[in-house]
Amino acid sequence: MNLHEHQAKALLRDYGIPMTDGVNVETPAQAALAAESLGGGAWAVKAQIHAGLRQKAGGVRMVSSPEEARTTAAELLGSSLVTPQTGPGGKTVKSVYVERAVGYAREVYLAALVDRSAGRVALIAAQEGGDNIEDWVEEDPARLLRLVVDPDEGVDRDAGLALAKCLGLEDAQAKQALEIMMATYKAFNDLDASLIEFNPLVVNTAGDLLALDAKIVLDDNALFRHQDLEALRDEDEVDPTELEAKRFELNYVKLAGNIGVMVNGAGLALSTIDLLKAQGGEPADFMDVRPEATRDQIAGGFGLLLKNPKVEAVLVNIYGGGILRCDTVAEGIAAACRQADSKVPLIVRAAGTNGDLARKILVGQGISVDFADTVSEAVDKAVRAAKAGGR
Amino acid sequence: MAILIDQDTKVICQGFTGAQATYHMERAIAYGTQVVGGVVPGKGGRKHLGLPVFDTVAEAVSATGADASAIFVPPASAAGAMLEAIEAELPLLVCVTERIPVLDMVRVKRRLTDANTRLIGPNSQGIIAPGRCKIGVMPAHLERKGKIGIVSRSASLTSEVVEQTTAARLGQSTSLGIGGDPVYGMGFVDCLELFFADPETHGVILVGEIGGSAEEEAAKFLKAHAAPKPVTAYVAGLHAPKERRMGHAGTVNVFGKGGAAEKIEALKSAGAHIAVSPADIGDTMRRALAR
Repeated sequence: MNLHEHQAKALLRDYGIPMTDGVNVETPAQAALAAESLGGGAWAVKAQIHAGLRQKAGGVRMVSSPEEARTTAAELLGSSLVTPQTGPGGKTVKSVYVERAVGYAREVYLAALVDRSAGRVALIAAQEGGDNIEDWVEEDPARLLRLVVDPDEGVDRDAGLALAKCLGLEDAQAKQALEIMMATYKAFNDLDASLIEFNPLVVNTAGDLLALDAKIVLDDNALFRHQDLEALRDEDEVDPTELEAKRFELNYVKLAGNIGVMVNGAGLALSTIDLLKAQGGEPADFMDVRPEATRDQIAGGFGLLLKNPKVEAVLVNIYGGGILRCDTVAEGIAAACRQADSKVPLIVRAAGTNGDLARKILVGQGISVDFADTVSEAVDKAVRAAKAGGR
Repeated sequence: MAILIDQDTKVICQGFTGAQATYHMERAIAYGTQVVGGVVPGKGGRKHLGLPVFDTVAEAVSATGADASAIFVPPASAAGAMLEAIEAELPLLVCVTERIPVLDMVRVKRRLTDANTRLIGPNSQGIIAPGRCKIGVMPAHLERKGKIGIVSRSASLTSEVVEQTTAARLGQSTSLGIGGDPVYGMGFVDCLELFFADPETHGVILVGEIGGSAEEEAAKFLKAHAAPKPVTAYVAGLHAPKERRMGHAGTVNVFGKGGAAEKIEALKSAGAHIAVSPADIGDTMRRALAR
């Protein structure tokens, strides 16, 4: 689950991460008031959306009067911000975070994440922070420094100071950096985070370290023990179809193509999409049915595929396994087809447990299906059906 | 010989009395697996499926001589169950539980580093030595005893591969899923080592997918150790939907770029035989063995 910058900062401030004061507001008038109450002569007005790279997209603006804070907030609020991380549709700005501006000499990068290859939390740092990190990190990943943390020991002081030194921070600044690393690691564990990122972490003109931006991504699997954090969820940031799919406990990602895809298991779903693309087909979605899925969940998910107006063919690739059985899938599909009165060509490959029964169920319930024995055959048929214009 | 398990492996089940555990352990018993009991805190002394239930893993081990545990405990308490089994020095754990908090797995992984326990999973379909032993949730009607070792990150693709290797009359020595979670127990490299040392295994099929660096690590291992047996690899996700991300993704991917194309390239350059389509994995293995 993603958090907004203002939510992340509120949480991290309690861990002693140094940052400047700010107020999150939803109207231009509140923005002006916020600037006044924060004091000082310059402020940043920052669009609160679940995406990075806001600066280049005009989502972070410097203002020098409360009046300017008001007009800037008026421009941002309700507008759609497009960054390389939002997708082409952009994201609507519903609130802006008004913050005292910080004069700074340097910006560095610091993050904590789960390093999969080590199976441990790692601190990641780089001498250069800011949006530009995306430009060099692909070419030169060695510029990212990594400190893997032993969960029994926590952040090692010497290793933390050495990392700070590699960032060009000495003496008091290195000690500050170490404290920030330790606090970040503690927050990461307490909150069950999967990412905490400060980009940038700056050295201000007085020589102190400050987190200028903060991001938190929480581990969805651990939210059951964080009811308080659940309240920070912003459902407006999630695609409504994906939200609905979540209700049916399906892994669903909307894509731009015209072939609806339903598969059991992420690996098989990925490979089905690979095959579709290789044959010139364009998937409309990635839908992975969990093994424990019920008839009703499958019907709900299939209904979502049929509701997509772009869909000209639907491909179902199910390998009935230990838990999920093909007949359960067939019952769900049949229910959804009847309810939607669908005319979209339906191609089904049902193998494994009760694959034959699945065919019988679909045929018996009068659903028009083009059956395939293998994945390749199913993909061929789906691509041809979609090219023929579907319904 | 199979790897990790055989007909003599004595299996207990943690979370034995749950619905999923009951369903799959019944099937494991029917398959011939030596299931010797179960562990459910607070239910010690009862019988389930005609087998004794114990309060703790330690009691179960001392009473039954178990050497493996099938873990069907819900996500919130799964890590505790694994830690208890590691503490009891069980040699093999197979965890099928999905959606375990990742930081719980970091703690489990830490304990594994100085223990004599091997963990398969979590979020694994399990392990099967055809005709001898099955621990997990995979269907078992397609497996045939044979000479191919299968190690996979995807349960659904494993079924395809099993079907193809059975159809090609190669059969399987052992087939296992290392699970789809970010932090997990045994990896590709551990399994390759075991398969290379297993005389019954003549070739290994490795099924990978995007994310993480397990495939790159396998490639590195293959490069460093002249593979004594052909390895066939398939990696899913060449056209995976781009993950929508919040942070600066480069950092997340830096320890292995995580893309399918890079993984395929790494495995290919390490001498693995690459299957382009999931439908060709069995054939690719057959051709590699014929060389």
